[in-house]
Amino acid sequence: MYPDECQYTKDHEWIRVDEDTGTIGITDHAQKELGDIVYVELPKVGDPVTASETFGTVESVKAVSEVYSPVTGEVTGVNCKLQNHPELLNSDPHGSAWLVRVHLSDPKEVEKLMSAEEYEAYIREDKAH
Amino acid sequence: MATPETRGAKRTVLYAIHKAAGAKMAEFGGWEMPIEYAGITQEHLAVRNAAGIFDVSHMGEIAVRGPQALSLLQELTSNDVARLKVFQVQYTALMYPEGSAVDDCVVHRLGEDHYFICVNAANTDKDFEWIMAHNKAGAEVQNVSSQYSQVAVQGPRAAGILGKVTDFDLASLRYYWCGNTQCCGVKGLLARTGYTGEDGFEFYFAPENSERVWNTLLEAGRDEGLQPVGLGARNTLRLEAGYPLYGHELDQDTTLLEANLGWICKLDKGEFLGRNALQKQIEEGVRKKLVGLEMLEPGIARDGYPVWMEGKKVGQVTSGSPAPFLKKNIGLAFVPPAAAGIGREMKIEIRTRQVCARQAPLPFYKRPK
Repeated sequence: MYPDECQYTKDHEWIRVDEDTGTIGITDHAQKELGDIVYVELPKVGDPVTASETFGTVESVKAVSEVYSPVTGEVTGVNCKLQNHPELLNSDPHGSAWLVRVHLSDPKEVEKLMSAEEYEAYIREDKAH
Repeated sequence: MATPETRGAKRTVLYAIHKAAGAKMAEFGGWEMPIEYAGITQEHLAVRNAAGIFDVSHMGEIAVRGPQALSLLQELTSNDVARLKVFQVQYTALMYPEGSAVDDCVVHRLGEDHYFICVNAANTDKDFEWIMAHNKAGAEVQNVSSQYSQVAVQGPRAAGILGKVTDFDLASLRYYWCGNTQCCGVKGLLARTGYTGEDGFEFYFAPENSERVWNTLLEAGRDEGLQPVGLGARNTLRLEAGYPLYGHELDQDTTLLEANLGWICKLDKGEFLGRNALQKQIEEGVRKKLVGLEMLEPGIARDGYPVWMEGKKVGQVTSGSPAPFLKKNIGLAFVPPAAAGIGREMKIEIRTRQVCARQAPLPFYKRPK
């Protein structure tokens, strides 16, 4: 169910890389764990992001959750639709509810992330605990 | 995103039913409880517009009986137990001498000398020990929590649904009254009480009948829009209704007056634990005041976030959340008494930003009569 063309983090973000640009979002597993998402806080175009560091916040009715960047780079695009329609993150987390686009400083960083298959195994193991 | 730690937590008899219904479970007050089923927003709206059913079997129950029961409860609680008629119910607090609450609780008078107290799950052992430590006159006090399950049905259609499964005359059962009856073919105590701001009922009965009660009620409510509701929506419902939650708005360092619970402090009933401290606060003033707030800018106030006014940190949020029915972001916070005032603006520190909020009248939500 997780798109093969994306890479995944242990913190439940995905990234889809096209040359030196990456599109970043949260996974379906993440939105399910959070429940009804009601608020999203994102960086601005031009802001730097660093691999494994927080770049935004996603809030459900119940909880606040940080979003961690899979890569280092600079924000080139922000999904403005989410300000007024955060619920898109529940209905379409791998599609229209992407969070940011980033110009990658080091495209090789992506190689350290999980494939779709590895990520699915990772969340199965996570659930078993 | 960590999986909540539930090891060692107790489970209600309905645990398997909740899991089968797809509930998200998490630890609350020492119990592994359903937090949400279909989603907090949807469950919240079901209770406001139709009805919801809650497993609240984690709640504790303490029975106090005998000729010394009334005097013991008069000494330990802030409300006037002597005003209760048989089968009347009262919201009150078990008191510390400092005027703060050991717990907030609901007292049901079941007979001449028989009281049944519903207490918070996490406080049950502490409450029982506190009552026992003050029971010098020898009332019969029992922690009967393990003998009861509790299921609540709340919402404008609650009475219609209950009416299908009990012969009890619900039309004559007023708010904050109760009765011994059969419900779903099971004997128990039915009270017209709740923690949602809606009309509704709470049914106490023997745990072995839990599945029967739960399934029969769900079936009876099938065409009425009845939905199972978890503790997530229970929290947003109580917050809209302006009800305190122990550990958030109430604790050992907060007097009842500070938490806006002066209405359950009956200082004229005679001596009771905490009375002198409350009397002194009435004369000298409170140290802090609980106020309602609504966010004026995007952002959600959460428990523990600092409150700023006129460039100074003045207090702290105790509960905060989106309000699914009111469709705004609301919260409760303690501020200095001089800073309290409906309409006054304040800033809530949310991570790195200061976000505008305004003090709002409580309750945020009042059900239409």
